[in-house]
Amino acid sequence: RDSQQVDTEHLSRWEKWRRTSSKSLKKALSEVKGLSSYLVLWRQDIHSIEGKFGTGIQSYFSFLRFLVLLNFIIFILVFSFVTLPTVISKYGIFNSTIAYISPKFIEDICTIYKPSGNKGLVYFYTYLKDLLSGTGFLEVTSLFYGYYSIDAVWISIMRYNLPLAYLLATFAYLALSFLWIIKRSVEGFKHNLVHDADPFQSYCNKVFAGWDFCITDPHAARLKHRSLQYELQTDLQEEKLKQKIAERSMEEKLRIYSLRIFINIIVIAILSGCFYSIYKVTVFSQENSNNIDNANSQVNLLVQYLPSIVITLANFIGPLIFSFLIRFEDYTPAFEIKLTLLRCVFVRLANIGVLLFSLWSRISDCGSDKCKPFGYNYKLYPCWESDVGQEMYKLMIFDFIVILAVALFVDFPRKLLVAHCSCKLVQWFGHKEFEISDNVLEIIYGQTICWIGTFFSPLLPAIATIKYFIIFYVKKIVLIHTRKPAARPIRASSSNFFFLVVLLIGLLLAFIPLGVSIARIPSSKACGPFRNFNTSWEVIPDTILQFPTGLQQVLFGMASEAFAVPFFVILCIIMFYVIALARAHKRVVEQLREQLVLESRDKMFLIRKIAEAQR
Amino acid sequence: GAMGGSASLIPRDLLGEYQELTFLSKQEILLAYKRFSELLPKEERENAYSTRVPKSQILTLPELRANPFQHRICHVFSTSETRDDSMSFEDFLDMLSVFSDSATSDIKSHYAFRIFDFDDDGTLDRKDLEQLVNCLTGQGEESRLSSAEMEQLIQNILEESDIDKDGTINLSEFQHVVSRSPDFASSFKIVL
Repeated sequence: RDSQQVDTEHLSRWEKWRRTSSKSLKKALSEVKGLSSYLVLWRQDIHSIEGKFGTGIQSYFSFLRFLVLLNFIIFILVFSFVTLPTVISKYGIFNSTIAYISPKFIEDICTIYKPSGNKGLVYFYTYLKDLLSGTGFLEVTSLFYGYYSIDAVWISIMRYNLPLAYLLATFAYLALSFLWIIKRSVEGFKHNLVHDADPFQSYCNKVFAGWDFCITDPHAARLKHRSLQYELQTDLQEEKLKQKIAERSMEEKLRIYSLRIFINIIVIAILSGCFYSIYKVTVFSQENSNNIDNANSQVNLLVQYLPSIVITLANFIGPLIFSFLIRFEDYTPAFEIKLTLLRCVFVRLANIGVLLFSLWSRISDCGSDKCKPFGYNYKLYPCWESDVGQEMYKLMIFDFIVILAVALFVDFPRKLLVAHCSCKLVQWFGHKEFEISDNVLEIIYGQTICWIGTFFSPLLPAIATIKYFIIFYVKKIVLIHTRKPAARPIRASSSNFFFLVVLLIGLLLAFIPLGVSIARIPSSKACGPFRNFNTSWEVIPDTILQFPTGLQQVLFGMASEAFAVPFFVILCIIMFYVIALARAHKRVVEQLREQLVLESRDKMFLIRKIAEAQR
Repeated sequence: GAMGGSASLIPRDLLGEYQELTFLSKQEILLAYKRFSELLPKEERENAYSTRVPKSQILTLPELRANPFQHRICHVFSTSETRDDSMSFEDFLDMLSVFSDSATSDIKSHYAFRIFDFDDDGTLDRKDLEQLVNCLTGQGEESRLSSAEMEQLIQNILEESDIDKDGTINLSEFQHVVSRSPDFASSFKIVL
């Protein structure tokens, strides 16, 4: 306060005015910030979790909140550009009319699509079955692709091109997710790039920034002490282990490498087994659920859910086997964790890929003339996009049910058992730890399904939003009641970055099936906005052809090789420049450090000289 | 209500001054005032911002009671002439300001250095580091590291942060190593 007052006396009038105006601007900004902090979702809940369990677990819940917001925004985007115009025009509000597509093809075989909406007297049970599997009355609603068989919507005098809007909304939500994730991960990435030389979690970080000052609960503080002690001891042991590894003899190295290759072969074999079984089960499920004889029996529901069940089993058993096998591979503990996580991520995401691949192999199954002349199997799949949408819907619902069931039927009984029964076997089983990485992989798996499925089922993001909303409260309750934090605590900074990187991998993997569906597989002629086009992508070249010729030439020029190759080359040059800049900065930092060491030696030398001269 | 009542107890210009000199927003200052006056016995609550609260009372705050550095925090932020580590309201605001979200990392690392300097000699030497690690791992015999582990750990810390190799960490070395620590900003924070 005193120093500020002294300063103000020496300033001119202009400077004084500038200072007071910047102060009042800062005040105004802080008022706005204060108001807007009330709008942040779940601020109080996450704050209390941070206080009780530390920032590692809190980052999981912040991540969940981020996904809720992302899905909500995607839903608003898709709803306002695709569903809303359709619904408005179907009910004739605002003087709107629909121009239905008149199929260009004279052959009616492929345009027959009769989704069996429930007619007449049906059991109540059928509604439940339809809700769970997306067939029956749900199939004809705006939930699935088949509802949008519209060419254009006329609102008063404006023509709203629905097929184009549908495709562009898809690209928009993918681009939005991509940019938002990248923006959030920029912080963590900057740290990673600069600290490449140092070990990622150095001792200074652990000791000086180790204590979480947010912890208010004495019990949590005790747990934090124990986890810090464990972490420091593990790191010191790991360092000793690394020294031992560096001193390994030649034959030991050979033995270990051959063991690792062997185990990797086992892992690949297990993965292929998983993929093959998923493929077989999907084919079986598709064949048998199209059989109208047992359309109303309970077995049919089970058959429909078979792929989801097998995928969930594979997602559960895979990680168990991997964490068992990796013990034999003799890596350092940190690398063990990373490798197991990578394998689990791969299993989960590849399972979705195999499911989609098996669906497509059935859709494009063109042996013995089944799909002339349209390129897809129109007898079995008159509206294949809705079918794919139904599979994604089933996966999402089943995932949700499994998470709730595990929380209800595994976590709570386990806690009751451990608390009240003191026999040795049960105590060894112990309290469930809140494994952050498993939970994160679960929700990333769900989010990837949502991204892929939104093209085929535009209302899926709304279901995803509600699902994650409920999961937040379920997980919070499970956490508060089971209480034991993971023995290997994950730090806040690395966990944030890790979650976002895996989410980004999921998004990039989601691009592939969508790209194939949009550009390669012919769109169904019996339903959907793309009936008049060969593939869904064709809307865009079609629309461009309607632009003035000048603009057309520019756009075609941009898509040609003459433009793309130099553009790619320039991008590479920029990337190399930035990398070279980063390396140069690192070298400067090294040099400055060396200079500091020399300075201190000079200082010592001079002090010694002075001491000698004084004698 | 209660909030309006406490707001009238801090004169407006003082409130504005506190907002300028600290990193806290108006709500945070008012909340701090409310919590501070709750630590005082009822009779003294009127004059809350000119009385000093003894250290034993401060340590009953939930934000500090579980903190292993509670004594050091009180010692560093207390401006009491009698050196009894009692805190006035302005000391309390000072502490909250340094630990708030909007404080710069320079300020945070400066005060972190003073908190970790157990013998108040201006550098972090081996004894300070040993006490620091013992605070982190907890009180009690079984939660301390063995002397070989402690030796190895301190050796590693000094290797990473002692740039001029004099066996101690001074303020600029500390600030340098903490600026590259990704977790410091998120862990060195107390929000009421």
